[in-house]
Amino acid sequence: MTILPITEFAILPELEASRIVPRTAPRRKADIRTDASWVRRVVISIAVIFLGIFIVLPLVCVFALAFSKGVETYFAALRDPDTLAAVRLTLLVAAISVASNVGFGVVAAWAITKFEFRGKNLLITLIDLPFSVSPVIAGLVFILLFGLQGYFGPWLVAHGYKIIFALPGIALATIFVTFPFVIRELVPLMQQQGTEEEEAALSLGASGRRTFFWVTLPNVRWALLYGVLLCNARAMGEFGAVSVVSGHVRGETNTMPLHIEALYDGYQVAAAFAVASLLALLALVTLVLKIVLEARLAQE
Amino acid sequence: MKSMITALVGTVLLAGVAQAADVTLLNVSYDPTRELYAHLSQAFTARFKSETGKTIEVKTSNGGSGAQARAVIDGLQADVVTLALASDIDAIADRGLIAADWQSRLPSNSAPYASTIVFLVRKGNPKGIRDWDDLAQPGLKVVTPNPKTSGGARWNYLAAWGYARKRYGSEDKAREFVKAIYANVPVLDTGARGSTMTFVERGVGDVLVAWENEAFLAINELGKDRFDIVVPSLSILAEPPVAVVDQVVDRKGTRAPAEAFLKFIYSPEGQAIAAKDHYRPRDPAVAEQYRADFAKVELLTIADFGGWRKAQATHFDDGGVFDSIYTQ
Amino acid sequence: MSAATALFRHRRGVIPGFGITLGITLLWLSLIVLTPLAALFFKAAELPPDRFFAVVTSRRALHAFELSFGLSLAAAATNLFFGSAVVWALVRYRFPGRRILDAIVDVPFALPTAVAGIALAALYAETGWIGQLLTPLGIHVAYTPLGIFVALVFIGLPFVVRTVQPVLEDLDKELEDAAASLGASRWNTARRVVFPSVVPALLTGFALAFARAVGEYGSVIFIAGNLPNVSEIAPLLIVIRLQEFRYADATAIAVVMLVASFLLLFLVNTLQRWSERRTGMQP
Repeated sequence: MTILPITEFAILPELEASRIVPRTAPRRKADIRTDASWVRRVVISIAVIFLGIFIVLPLVCVFALAFSKGVETYFAALRDPDTLAAVRLTLLVAAISVASNVGFGVVAAWAITKFEFRGKNLLITLIDLPFSVSPVIAGLVFILLFGLQGYFGPWLVAHGYKIIFALPGIALATIFVTFPFVIRELVPLMQQQGTEEEEAALSLGASGRRTFFWVTLPNVRWALLYGVLLCNARAMGEFGAVSVVSGHVRGETNTMPLHIEALYDGYQVAAAFAVASLLALLALVTLVLKIVLEARLAQE
Repeated sequence: MKSMITALVGTVLLAGVAQAADVTLLNVSYDPTRELYAHLSQAFTARFKSETGKTIEVKTSNGGSGAQARAVIDGLQADVVTLALASDIDAIADRGLIAADWQSRLPSNSAPYASTIVFLVRKGNPKGIRDWDDLAQPGLKVVTPNPKTSGGARWNYLAAWGYARKRYGSEDKAREFVKAIYANVPVLDTGARGSTMTFVERGVGDVLVAWENEAFLAINELGKDRFDIVVPSLSILAEPPVAVVDQVVDRKGTRAPAEAFLKFIYSPEGQAIAAKDHYRPRDPAVAEQYRADFAKVELLTIADFGGWRKAQATHFDDGGVFDSIYTQ
Repeated sequence: MSAATALFRHRRGVIPGFGITLGITLLWLSLIVLTPLAALFFKAAELPPDRFFAVVTSRRALHAFELSFGLSLAAAATNLFFGSAVVWALVRYRFPGRRILDAIVDVPFALPTAVAGIALAALYAETGWIGQLLTPLGIHVAYTPLGIFVALVFIGLPFVVRTVQPVLEDLDKELEDAAASLGASRWNTARRVVFPSVVPALLTGFALAFARAVGEYGSVIFIAGNLPNVSEIAPLLIVIRLQEFRYADATAIAVVMLVASFLLLFLVNTLQRWSERRTGMQP
């Protein structure tokens, strides 16, 4: 289960009161309460040491090992055709996942937040299901559907359709894993905003579609971007689910995380870390953008 | 900085365009052959270009031989399969993807290179391992892959069985011997390379039972000061065969290049590449040239087990001898 | 479409598009999520019950479950303790680098699991930066259950912090001031005023970290020893059975994990409802 809520969140948002939004309350200045100064020092030390060991060190390690055989080896690893193919595949799969989940997200968010109906709770629970599924299981279910021993496999192979061991399977598994990411950012905000603006627009004669594009979407653009950011980060980094459905064909069905594993298993440790450093950079960029977007959301 | 990023992005995008080869082949291979087929594919691409003027790209997928065979059956679109033993290619042929007479289409039973099974031990051989008997002593930790998924694992198993049968005289004694060895195995990886990583990287085990080529590779890659090779008194001639997957090449129209690729492995150039990667070449001239690189070992063959169909059915299929020995 | 509309009956209002958006939502949800998950349960149902139980209660499977759930619990508890220190420092104190520390907390969310996995494996191996220091002490981290524990702490780290942070930030200062003015020591104030208010958030964060750790694969398999009955996590056992093409066995184990995950999800939901009732705010 991989949850990417950045700040406040709810796993099963209660519809009236849910708030899956990035932090919008103005950050309070840290309260200088009356804790004794030795307490302050101890707690801060614990926090810093804990985070330093568990987070900072691994990050530094990635970059250190990436350059451990020199800068030339680093760039050679990145220029390698199999690496470039892996990068392309990762970008493609991420683009497909993001597009799919944005499309689904806005449609479903509209259905959920602009209308009242029974069963809304159930619907939201179902949409949240992929969060609680182990990535390996996420891959397994598609093998069960489309592998030769699966339900649709024989038909697919007989007609020459490749799903497992090919791009469609990888894309499906990634879409599954990142399914709720966009909608979870949209729903709370749209609930907060309610339906007044849409109703006003409609009463002034705008069509449903115009209302959607010119009233609703602009209101949620930052939350949408936020969801896209999270979805993208997860999609590019997904390992377990893709590992199960990919054929592990170097240069063809290896995404970047799988390629890292392949290099690591092939005694090419420095090259593995070189590719890993690219993903680590992506993670850092994601974090920076997240902070920027949170600031934008707070402004509104 | 900005120009570097632009350059990188541009390279990534353009690389896709620039690299569209005229012909692409997928070679589904067993676990330890990453390096071998990287070299063979590279040389073959050059040869193909000079002979036909067309660019060809050979992609390789590696994994446990049995697992790879099942993947091909499951729909992995291999143009050629280069697996660890005939039984796995037979399984694909039985499903109709390969012609039934595949093994007679190429020389040497369609095995362009051979190998055998040796032991890899820690430097200095601290546990004093000399032969198969030592592997069965209690308390020793033996690393070998899973015969259900790995081809090398099955060669390992049969080599041990063959040794015990010869030494102790009966099939029953052989079974007990092999059972004792597997009682010493802490983990079964899916493929030969996985076992190598477990022994070498994870530091598990006292001895790795491995392909000869894999043992050499481990020493060369990770330092001669970390491991030693011990050659047992009796081993088995492992013949990893290759075949064109008829159903796929006929559908894709790649039969000619696929067959050319396999023939290339038999050529003097291909045989020399194999020998340099520690696979025993079949071409007599090349074999003679590299004779000193390979240890002389008394070798059984699969014929001593009645052929692969019999061996697979008896030992490795569901409900076979292995299932009754190893109950994890 | 009309069946769906009937099932999800709604008050017809001004806003258009109910039918079609709900229809698309349901269709897509079924295709991507529900059908694949259903396939899992159907496949598991193909197994005769005694075989199902034999697989799920086999020595190896039980060890794998024990390891996955046990270590996840321990990792979540560790994150509970240290995460509390982190969140207290971030919210209550001001010190140089606080903003950076705050941003760092989110790294496990954004970093791909495979990258985390090889980094941790390299760090804690016998020749690694940290492993070098620990091996002389006889502590082996890489390729042991301890290594799995470290990886699980890493990925669960942000959950406690991010769940508790907003609650702690919004805590009414006046209550603490009142307690202080009545003569309560800082410790008593913390124990009796602050702690009860954040307990629901703490538990929610704990449950989320736990749930996340149980299914984790990518960051664990590089540092785990993957030895059956010793350091083999449940998701790895599923992958191995898949590679052996024993789909039904893999499915059986997956079903057990999935049911456990759903129960956890339910637990988290309940905890959050409790939290909202107690504090009047969302955790």
